Amino acid sequence: MSVGAAKIPVVVTEAVEVNSLIKRFRFVREDGGQMPGFSGGAHTVVEMDDAGTRRLNPYSLMSDPGDRSGYEISVRRDDTGRGGSAYMHREVRPGMKMLISPPVNLFGLDLRAKKHLMIAGGIGITPFLAQMAQLDAMGARFELHYAARDRELGAYMPELSARYGDRVHRYYDAEGQAIDLTTLLAGQPLGTHLYVCGPKGMIGWVLKTAADLGWPAGAVHSEEFLAPPVGQPFTVELAVSGKTITVGAAQSLLEAIEAAGVDAPYLCRGGACGQCETHVIACEGEIEHNDHWLTDDQKAGCRHIMPCVSRFKGAKLVLER
Amino acid sequence: MSKTDFGPSIKSRPVYGVLSPRPGSSHLIVADGEGGAAVEALFAQAPEMKAKAHLIYIPGANGTDMSTAMAALGAGQYNRAPTYASVRSRIVKVLGDGHMGLQVYATGTESLMGQVQRDAMEAGLPHDAVQTEHRGSLARRVQCVHCKGITENVTTDPFVCSHCGLNLFVRDHYSRRLAAFQGVNIDAEDPGEVPPAEERFK
Repeated sequence: MSVGAAKIPVVVTEAVEVNSLIKRFRFVREDGGQMPGFSGGAHTVVEMDDAGTRRLNPYSLMSDPGDRSGYEISVRRDDTGRGGSAYMHREVRPGMKMLISPPVNLFGLDLRAKKHLMIAGGIGITPFLAQMAQLDAMGARFELHYAARDRELGAYMPELSARYGDRVHRYYDAEGQAIDLTTLLAGQPLGTHLYVCGPKGMIGWVLKTAADLGWPAGAVHSEEFLAPPVGQPFTVELAVSGKTITVGAAQSLLEAIEAAGVDAPYLCRGGACGQCETHVIACEGEIEHNDHWLTDDQKAGCRHIMPCVSRFKGAKLVLER
Repeated sequence: MSKTDFGPSIKSRPVYGVLSPRPGSSHLIVADGEGGAAVEALFAQAPEMKAKAHLIYIPGANGTDMSTAMAALGAGQYNRAPTYASVRSRIVKVLGDGHMGLQVYATGTESLMGQVQRDAMEAGLPHDAVQTEHRGSLARRVQCVHCKGITENVTTDPFVCSHCGLNLFVRDHYSRRLAAFQGVNIDAEDPGEVPPAEERFK
């Protein structure tokens, strides 16, 4: 059970190769109606039936929030991942019917800001595409700093520069270019909000630099969806439903709970939103906490687990589910 | 946590902390009345911040005046002002010209801290980016919810609105946007039946 409305039946109308790693997909409603409205930074969870394995992956909506005729996402292929992005690249083509969730925004703009400063790394550009369209329509002040490995992998860079001009700053790792973050952050007018989306290392660098320069936590926003890591299979007892399940090596605990027919809450499936938080009744072993949600104290306490991304090693794990 | 014990209240009621030095490119410090002592404590913790500090001090409405001590603290820039209203345009200008990394500190009465917070919010800072520490008088800045007039330094409950003359009950219901507690007519149904005023906010 995800929170909120029912899944939306959609038809894929476009599957376009953007570069050697990224494909863009467009979905419209099967019944021809309008998509639910969304705000920049929102994501949808795409349901995949991969040869009998049900996959649910979150992807940021990149299309203009003002356009309710369809949703667009961009998917970066991860060849070492569990297979969701590979499935999107390999199997999804125009005409195919799929199910997607209504939009959820965990990375919204703070519209009280005087200025919006966005920092993107690689595929982390996607939520900003929607946010910039929203801000541009509002006449709000924004600036994008977007780093990619090289010109080929800098998805949408020329289009962004053409549309937003000198509000877009591009950086290519391969050409030795890097964001001069300290100068950039120190020079921002009071009332600026900072947004960062990209690889883990980049997010950590931006958050730490901002904190060191005295940026208040409430003016700094980040989003990183984690893919559930692969690991060793383990066994879990579900106390409320009275079931004992085995979580496969490439399966997440949440997916194993769902596969056993047990209704469990979720929203982002990427360790960010907190919706799937589950009480641990007994734990003889070690929980591998992989989420961004629980505090360090909670992680050390072994009383809570986020089944979407976390795993377990040990003799016995009993959950209140 | 605040050194002043305000007793149990509703969630709307502001809570205050203790000023502590934060990393930053510059520091705007606004204090009134007994708040001067919190500024002394702040500078004692981090003397190196003085050079980058702009200190604004307003003597208390209750007569407490630490101006001489404040002027001698060694802040990079020091201004004394008779009231918040008289110095507000300066504060708005400092905030408007400021860059991210500017730290804002407010200490003294709730009226002073609330107005600094309001002006920082209007400049685009999150409300919780302003550090606060309560010192001195508990007098409140109250908005009459009927005529919208604001009465400063309210010490009794109920009190008479200085604008429309209604008898107002002072609530803990607080507005960050207005930087004021809400005052509601206490004898609307039975005009003239007003409980005796008590000095609740000395």
